[in-house]
Amino acid sequence: MPVLLEATLKSVVLIFVLLTGFAYLTLTERKVLARLQARIGPNRAGPLGLLQPVADGLKLIFKESITPAGVDKPIYFLAPVLVAVPAIIVFAVIPVGKGPAFQLASEINVGALYIVGVMGVAVYGITLAGWASNNKYAALGGLRASAQVISYELGMGLSIVAVVLMASSASLADIVEAQMPGNILGWFIFRQPVAAAIFAITAMAELARAPFDLVEAEQELTAGFMTEYSGMKFALFFMGEYVKMIAVSALFATFFLGGWSGPFVDQAPILSVVYFTIKVVACLLLMIWTRATLPRMRYDRLMGFGWKVLTPVAIANVIVTAFLIALGVPGYQ
Amino acid sequence: MGLKEVLTRIVVGFATVLKTVTRRPVTIQYPEQQKPMSARFRGRHHLKRYEDGLERCIGCALCAAACPADAIYVEAGENTDEERYSPGERYAKTYEINMLRCIFCGYCEDACPTNAIVLEPIEFPTGYTRESMIYTKEMLLESPPINVPATPQRTPPGKYDRAILPFPPIDESQ
Repeated sequence: MPVLLEATLKSVVLIFVLLTGFAYLTLTERKVLARLQARIGPNRAGPLGLLQPVADGLKLIFKESITPAGVDKPIYFLAPVLVAVPAIIVFAVIPVGKGPAFQLASEINVGALYIVGVMGVAVYGITLAGWASNNKYAALGGLRASAQVISYELGMGLSIVAVVLMASSASLADIVEAQMPGNILGWFIFRQPVAAAIFAITAMAELARAPFDLVEAEQELTAGFMTEYSGMKFALFFMGEYVKMIAVSALFATFFLGGWSGPFVDQAPILSVVYFTIKVVACLLLMIWTRATLPRMRYDRLMGFGWKVLTPVAIANVIVTAFLIALGVPGYQ
Repeated sequence: MGLKEVLTRIVVGFATVLKTVTRRPVTIQYPEQQKPMSARFRGRHHLKRYEDGLERCIGCALCAAACPADAIYVEAGENTDEERYSPGERYAKTYEINMLRCIFCGYCEDACPTNAIVLEPIEFPTGYTRESMIYTKEMLLESPPINVPATPQRTPPGKYDRAILPFPPIDESQ
C-alpha cells in the first residue's frame, strides 16, 4: 500500500509540475520568439506578462465549446484526450533526479520500448481528430500527421536502439548510469553524435513543430486537425503538444545529455533535479530557436528526407555501433 | 548544393536569428509610447476660434459642398448681439462630421473661407459604435483661450458686422 501511495503522490506532483511547465512554456515560447523576431512579446498580463498563461487559460475555459454538425461524436471527444494523456505518461519512466525519490518507474527494463509505444499512441489522437471532425482541412491534417509520424518514428526508434546498445539496457535509469555521471565526455551526445542528431530531428517531426509543422500548416490547412476544436478541447490539444515538447526534451536530456548527472550530485541529490531541469530547458530553447529560424519543409521533401536520409543513416549508425561494441573499441564497451 | 553548403547555410541562419536578440525591438508599447507623426499628417478636424473667443466658423457649408465623401453636415443659425457665436450674420448651429465616412483628404480645410476647420495630427477618431463616430460641434470645437469667455458672447452692437475679422492675421502655416 505505501508503494501505491508513494506512486500516487509522485504522479500528482509530476502532473502539477508538468501543467505549470506547460503554461509557462507557452509564455516562454512567445517571449523568446518575440525577442528573436525583434518584437517585445506579451507583457501586459501581470508583471512581465507572467500572468499571461492564467489569462489564456481563463479565456479558453469561458469560450464556447462548439461541436460541429456531422462529427463522429465519441471519437471527436476522445481525440484530445488521446493526445494529452500519452504526453504526460511518458514521464513515468524518465528519471528526473538521482535516487528513487525522484524516479517513478524508471528502472523498468522496457523503458525505451514503452516510450516509443506511448509516443506512437499520441498520433492516433491527431489522426482520429482529423477524421472525426468531418472537415476537409482536418482530414488532410490528420492524414499528414499519420504519414509523417510513421516515417519519422522509424528513425527515432533506430536512434534509440543505438542508445540502448551503448547502455546495454533499455531501462532509462541504466541509460543515465551508462553515461558515467561526473564525466561530461561520457554523455551519449559525444559518443553517439549521429544518433543524437537523428533523435533531435525526428523528435521535432514527431512533435509536428516547425520546420515539420505540416500537420497544422496554417496557410494550407487553417489549423489542420484542430480546425473544428474550440474551448477546452482545443486547450487539451495545445497542452498535449507542449507537454510533449517537454517530454521530448526530457528524453533527449536523458538519452544524450547524461540525464540528471552533474557535479556534486552525490553530496546533494537535489542538485540532480536542477541539472536535469537546466538540460531540459536548454533543449526547449533550442526548439524555439529552431522554430524562429527554419521555414516549413515541403511535404514530399519531408517524406523523402525521412525515408531516404534519416532511416538509412539511422540503420547504418546502429550497425556501426554494434560493430564498435563487438570489437570493444574504447568508449564503446 | 552540397551537404557542406546546406549545413553552412543552416548554421548561418541560426546565427542570424540569434543576433536579432541584441537588436532593439522594432515594435513599441503603443498607448504609452507613440511614434511621432509627420508634421503634414492629417489627423482629425478641429474647429478653431479667434483670440477673443468667437468661433471662426460662419456656417457657410462650403466645407460640406467640397467634401467628396459627403461626411459633413452644417446647419446655420442667426447671430445676434445678445447671443453672438461668430462674427457676422450667421454661425454653425449644428456641425457634424461622420468620421467613418471622412477620407481625410483635407478639401474642407481648403474650402473654408475663414480657416475655421483644420485637420491636425493631435488625436485619432476612435470609437466602439457607429453613433459615437459622428463627431458633433462640441467635440470638434476647440476650447477658448485662457481668460477669454466662451460662446455665446454678449457683444456691443455694430462691432461685428463682417463675417471675417481683420484680426488676428490668419496663420497660414496651420
